[in-house]
Amino acid sequence: MSEVSVSEITKNGLWTNNPALVQLLGLCPLLAVTGSVVNALGLGLATMMVLIGSNTIVSLIRNHVSDAVRLPAFVIIIAAFVTCAELLMKAYTYDLYQILGIFIPLIVTNCAILGRAEAFASKHHVGYAALDGLMMGLGFLLVLVALGAIRELFGQGTLFASMHLLFGPIASTWMLQPFGENYSFLIAVLPPGAFLVTGLLIAGKNAIDASIKRRTDKLKDSPVKGAKRIRTTGHIS
Amino acid sequence: MAFKQVSSPHAHAAQNTSLVMKLVVLATIPGLLALTWQFGWGSFINVVLASVTAVCCEALIVKMRGRSISFYLGDYSAVVTAVLLGLALPPLAPWWIVVVGTVFSIVVAKQLYGGLGYNPFNPAMVGYVVLLISFPIQMTTWVAPLALLPVGTAHPGLIESLQIVFAGYSPADGVTGATPLDVFKHSSGLLVDQVYDREPLFNQAMFAGAGWEWVNLGFLLGGIILLSQRIFTWHGPVGMLGALALMSIIFWDSGSSSSPGSALMHLFSGASMMGAFFILTDPVSSAVSNRGRLLFGVLIGVLVYIIRAWGNYPDAVAFAVLLANFAAPFIDNYTLPRTYGHTDRRRATEKEED
Repeated sequence: MSEVSVSEITKNGLWTNNPALVQLLGLCPLLAVTGSVVNALGLGLATMMVLIGSNTIVSLIRNHVSDAVRLPAFVIIIAAFVTCAELLMKAYTYDLYQILGIFIPLIVTNCAILGRAEAFASKHHVGYAALDGLMMGLGFLLVLVALGAIRELFGQGTLFASMHLLFGPIASTWMLQPFGENYSFLIAVLPPGAFLVTGLLIAGKNAIDASIKRRTDKLKDSPVKGAKRIRTTGHIS
Repeated sequence: MAFKQVSSPHAHAAQNTSLVMKLVVLATIPGLLALTWQFGWGSFINVVLASVTAVCCEALIVKMRGRSISFYLGDYSAVVTAVLLGLALPPLAPWWIVVVGTVFSIVVAKQLYGGLGYNPFNPAMVGYVVLLISFPIQMTTWVAPLALLPVGTAHPGLIESLQIVFAGYSPADGVTGATPLDVFKHSSGLLVDQVYDREPLFNQAMFAGAGWEWVNLGFLLGGIILLSQRIFTWHGPVGMLGALALMSIIFWDSGSSSSPGSALMHLFSGASMMGAFFILTDPVSSAVSNRGRLLFGVLIGVLVYIIRAWGNYPDAVAFAVLLANFAAPFIDNYTLPRTYGHTDRRRATEKEED
């Protein structure tokens, strides 16, 4: 068991090892349902819930399952949580459930979840595993929402449209239309737009990382101030 | 006395990128003149607007990438992309259509991949397809050709055209209309002869569709000039036009109501000639060897016909070119020419020399 810390898990999930931008896992839902913020948020929350649950349970049973059957066991645990998420969505956000359709059951096949179960939860203590699930889920959720917001804004000219599907009637007035009513740029809503925006987000993250690295390198290499003089004559007292 | 040893290549041509690009721009003039004569000032405005946008975008991106602006603008490749896109867009399209398409062509399809020589897809066609998918209404509104304008009306003049493009004035009634391929596609239930009798786009035409035949002849003339200047080889254009003609002869079906149209209509309507001589001859995104270019052209010709005849879109050059661009590395892999001195041609993926 390698040493981990809370801050490291947080940073990994949200930034350095972000499931969507760095590991590029779970791209199918990432590209398919991020046409609007509400879809992205719905799927992101469901995925996060499943990820926390599966990580916790996998960590709890990690010493009781033999290596040979661990993957089927993980998948069944994940499938159980996905079924829970599906039933919950059916009960409380039925319209959103209908919009997301097949992508809710397909969370089972999201490799980010199985990847975390195998790579992290099966090797770490339950507290860390749950935190990792939360942070990885949150990192995935944030990318989904960012993608959804950009695509919704540029594709349909709206932001936070039909949020009442998730938050009830109070949210029906949240919609913003910064470009006026007739704006539409279909390609952003269509699959090519998902690929383009994902690519740009990855490029943006890499650019930020590169500029941070450049700054820290500069600090490291800066010469010591003041000249060092070596005394070559006389006596050293 | 010592001889200076010179390494290969030993054959030098006076051509360089900027000269080639300038020639291509000049060769579009017959097509542009035909477009302006038949459809009014719209195409001219498109070309100018797209060129200005393209040069600005290229300069901006090149500066952001920290390269020399004058060097990269001096190769005129951005202007060629813009001119081709401007010619492909419908005349009198709103200005933002042209700008969005050009920005996409230059920034996304060309510079994000690394600039001239690195783009896997034809930038002008990427811009065109983005627009066609995103703004179907604006992209399918064409101007009626000269012969079809209502009696007593003319195409809007330059000033009025500018107002339509920039200020959103709507053109007078009857100025806009469908294209021949569009009309033909939506005339189900009529024999080909009946379509030619009834539709003014065909009965006012000499052989292929009023106005459009002139445009295609213009691009054909420009293409032949480029061919005679050896800017490109005959393989690509002949492959495409031959395949398109062959396909339309095979499926001509003697002019029944389900016939996809005659070879003459397919060759001289829509973007056939422009595609054959100006789009698929792009040296960057097409196949490399002569045999490869022939295959590349044939693939485009077949795809154009398939989409025109059985697809949802009336014209298909842009889609066909992009699909063939995907296939170009694959074609190259199997059409590597035999190297001088070797008995057999090698495949590109073979690593060991034997």
